[in-house]
Amino acid sequence: MIAYILKRLSIGIATLIVASIVVFSVLEIVPGDPAQLMLGMNATEDALAALREQMGLNQPLVMRYLDWAGGLLRGDFGQSFTYSSPVIDLIAERAAVSLPLAVIALVMSTAIAIPVGLFAASRRGKAGDAVAMGAAQFGVAVPNFWFALILIYVFAVWLRLVPAGGFPGWEAGLWAGVKALLLPAIALALPQAAILARVTRSALLEVLGEDYIRTARAKGMPRRSVLWRHALRNAMIPVLTILGLQFAFLLAGTIIIENVFYLPGLGRLVFQAITQRDLIVVEGVVMLLVASVIIVNVIVDLCYALVDPRLRTR
Amino acid sequence: MTLVEIEKLSLSIGATPILKDVDLSIGAGETMGLVGESGSGKSMTALTLMQLLPQAARAAGRVTFDGIDILSASEEAMCRLRGDDIGMVFQEPMTALNPVKTIGEQVAEGIRWHTGANRANAEASARRMLERVGLPEAQFPLSRFPHELSGGQRQRVVIAIACALKPKLLIADEPTTALDVVLQAQILDLLRDLVAEDRMGLLLISHDLAVVTDMADRVTIMRHGEVMEEGETAKTLSAQVHPYTRQLAQSSMHAPERPNRHAASSTTGDLLQVDTVVRDYPGRRRSLWKKTEPFRAVDGVSFSMKPGQSVALVGRSGCGKSTLARMILALDNPTGGEIRFMGESLASRKEAALRPARRNMQVVFQDPYGSFDPRHRVERLVAEPLHLLEKKPSRAERREMVANALHEVGMRPADMDKYPHEFSGGQRQRISIARAIITRPKLVVADEPVSALDVSIRAQILDLFADLNQRLGVAYLFITHDLTVARAITDEVMVMHDGRIVEEGRTGAVLDNPQSDAAKALIAAAPDLRRAIRRKLQEQG
Amino acid sequence: MTAQDHTAQDGTGAFIRLAFANRSFLAGFVITVLIAAMALLSFVWTPYDVTAIEMGQRMRGLSWVHPFGTDHFGRDILSMIMVGSRNSIAVAIVAVVIGMGLGVPLGCWAAARGGWVDEALMRFNDLVFAFPALLSAIMITAIFGPGALNAIIAIGIFNVPVFARVARAGALSLWPREFILAARAAGKGKTLITLEHILPNIASMLLVQGTIQFALGILAEAGLSYVGLGTQPPMPSWGRMLFDAQTRMMVAPHLALFPGMAIVVTVLGLNLLGDGLRDVLDPKLRRER
Repeated sequence: MIAYILKRLSIGIATLIVASIVVFSVLEIVPGDPAQLMLGMNATEDALAALREQMGLNQPLVMRYLDWAGGLLRGDFGQSFTYSSPVIDLIAERAAVSLPLAVIALVMSTAIAIPVGLFAASRRGKAGDAVAMGAAQFGVAVPNFWFALILIYVFAVWLRLVPAGGFPGWEAGLWAGVKALLLPAIALALPQAAILARVTRSALLEVLGEDYIRTARAKGMPRRSVLWRHALRNAMIPVLTILGLQFAFLLAGTIIIENVFYLPGLGRLVFQAITQRDLIVVEGVVMLLVASVIIVNVIVDLCYALVDPRLRTR
Repeated sequence: MTLVEIEKLSLSIGATPILKDVDLSIGAGETMGLVGESGSGKSMTALTLMQLLPQAARAAGRVTFDGIDILSASEEAMCRLRGDDIGMVFQEPMTALNPVKTIGEQVAEGIRWHTGANRANAEASARRMLERVGLPEAQFPLSRFPHELSGGQRQRVVIAIACALKPKLLIADEPTTALDVVLQAQILDLLRDLVAEDRMGLLLISHDLAVVTDMADRVTIMRHGEVMEEGETAKTLSAQVHPYTRQLAQSSMHAPERPNRHAASSTTGDLLQVDTVVRDYPGRRRSLWKKTEPFRAVDGVSFSMKPGQSVALVGRSGCGKSTLARMILALDNPTGGEIRFMGESLASRKEAALRPARRNMQVVFQDPYGSFDPRHRVERLVAEPLHLLEKKPSRAERREMVANALHEVGMRPADMDKYPHEFSGGQRQRISIARAIITRPKLVVADEPVSALDVSIRAQILDLFADLNQRLGVAYLFITHDLTVARAITDEVMVMHDGRIVEEGRTGAVLDNPQSDAAKALIAAAPDLRRAIRRKLQEQG
Repeated sequence: MTAQDHTAQDGTGAFIRLAFANRSFLAGFVITVLIAAMALLSFVWTPYDVTAIEMGQRMRGLSWVHPFGTDHFGRDILSMIMVGSRNSIAVAIVAVVIGMGLGVPLGCWAAARGGWVDEALMRFNDLVFAFPALLSAIMITAIFGPGALNAIIAIGIFNVPVFARVARAGALSLWPREFILAARAAGKGKTLITLEHILPNIASMLLVQGTIQFALGILAEAGLSYVGLGTQPPMPSWGRMLFDAQTRMMVAPHLALFPGMAIVVTVLGLNLLGDGLRDVLDPKLRRER
């Protein structure tokens, strides 16, 4: 058990380190001189040289990476030159929108998908199964940003129940904030829920064909109890895998959905930074998102061990 | 008093008829043996009793259990019967238990479900039951998970689940087929004792006539979904009135004719020499700080084989015999020692350098279904070893060689244009042998080549092996846990135990008069139809 | 039952009969063929020129002249959807080809070689999975600027571990099988066995995964173009059309309707095709029905 946990943790950390090298070197090969970019075309050679020295651009690549990575560990993501403030402050401010959005969407999608999958699997081949899986088939095909547009049109433009976009800030009160995130979360969650429901159903059906299900039935347990007590936990293993992958998609989705709803989250931040070529911000946000995907996957790996005793003894 | 009464049971799945007018009755406390080859419908008969049939199945006729009409019983009524009055044990212990639940939970679950006992009481009963089936608390606490147990131990857990509430009827569907003979004998003893103790009726389903003869009071013999014969065990099997019963019994005891045994003279050189071969596997890490202990699968094995000789390598499952076979076939490398084939060492040679050896050494596997790439035609499958020839044969030559090989094993040359799934298990095993002999090898290693086959097919395949040995002079290394096979077809036998060869000698001599404990255990446990009938005749008069 | 299990190998004739008896496959096949035909047609004919700006015809509703209406530059939406399909399909196909071309050999190699190669591939997969296509696209765009090529690379890179994983899992389950051992006993090397036995036996899994990744590729391309990281104007693309529609939704909701429908129908068709293929090719699932 401890060996398994340590192995997954060290893999997570190693992945994180390699990912940081990738992010760092990708942005390192960006054409153009960052000092030039910051000071504009009219800067004097002396000023440029001074800035390069100050930014450590004259140091060897490895040293610069170590500096940068060390900074990340201390929470120092560098200084944005367009906002003239530390990147970490920008990220913290924007994450206050993106993080709740992703979490609400994840909870929503799981809360919808697993019951629907269970329902469909327990009524396999019947009308309920056909309707649920038909809807899921359709849901998988809908792009979340188009779904978002439809939601805006129906609930904001037509029914005027919620704002069409924007974010009042958490200072405006919890409900106002949640209300602004409601449509974006639904837009993110439903297509993901469709995928997850399909996976849940097929994982359950696969498990229901196993020998130990027959053993349980031979004990006299009715079909429904067997589904709950024996099938569900075994079916959680593939569902967890997909859940881990979905977190990455949800984060990516958040970036797009924020643009649909004009939410001041990390997604908006990163796009503005790209247009303004504020690469240090791009670097910071990408690194943060990649890190959170890796962390979530380590957590998923640890959940495997909770579900499956075979991993614990390995 | 009859416990189970099946009258004119017919069953079909979709449009396929499975059972036709099956009659069967089991008295209280009686053991009924249900025998038949694969596809005879014996398992479906059992599943009908449990009402655990596939959804598309339709049954007609009358099935009563303890006065209850099973076919018209509601699902709730069946749930009350299952696990309480009828328990069932299945064939495959490795998959029969839920991997994420402890054995305690799984045994206690049925007890709680039927008796409404609280957790503590149910666990106490579960503990007693596990103790009874030979899994004492001290070594096997309730908190063990199935993957921590061996196959035989898992089957004991399944039996504990089935017998926890002392059912009136226990159904055991091939309960020992997946286990080796020693475990089989232990599990059968356990079943016998449990049934006697609690006066349970037992429906024992098996393809093995010897096992059933040993265990059952009465037998029912089925074929193609119909009952062929039914009666008291001793009488039925000693008289063998029904032609199918006779055929089954004779196939089970079949030994091929081999007039010039041990054709090879002892003056010729050795074909194969195995010299203190060792194979270690990296052990599983028990904890982060302890060093891993390697697991020694093969431990200093030495022996040699003459050309044309037929040798059996017998042993319990996990004794290392298949690992040894793989090293001889150069599919795996020994950790230590040396294997010399036709005078040349095989150890860690490059694939190209192994070609001459491979040409003279082919293999037949156990599973006639897994032995062929389902996407290739028989021609391509049988011709695969021709890859080893120095000169690539032309297409016409290749077809000629395949046709010859198929002819040797009793198949038609036209069969080469078909796909493997178009053949039965026995035919596939013939094709598998055709592939093994197409390069005219000096040695064929056969890993349990008949243990997946029905007895009548098994007899035919054994005849084929014997015939090829006589005609082509090919030497065999037969890896088997089945002593009947060893006796039928080999000159010499080696008994392997825990990675070592503990006894070797002339087959007849070793099997009739074993010296080592391992060989004695193996031979005592092996089912033997003649012996079983004799014993039954004494019991039943 | 065994006879049916292998119908897929009996030859193309039996496969086609079986496939078209499957409703899901049939529906998916028809939709996919129609979309592909539309894309091909757009090379030789569209109702209007998609680059012709006609301010007099701005944001017209549905009519016989413009069945799907016109956009804010007066361009015909039907024509733009036709031309846009080209783009979506091209990006998704190339991304699948990249994914398969790199992923399948990697997966097969890892399964055949085992040991550190296998471990390295798994760790590589972990790494790439941490960069969803959108993040890769953001990084690539930050360096090279936006364009359809970025979308292809970003989606293609993400496809590599997907195919590697599928190929590896399939190959790993085949290697211990007896027919592979028999091939090894026949002196065949790992490369030859992979080509002769492994690949043909995992081809159906790869095909199914291919349709799934194709569908995901269409969705991803639309997403990237929507946020401006994919196909650039004036080349029409479904995602970009939706972006343009968003600000004008109060006045002309139909601008958002048709490009979205095009995406949904295409992805739905591909997914149905994949589901149908899986049912037909995978005997294990078929037996359950």
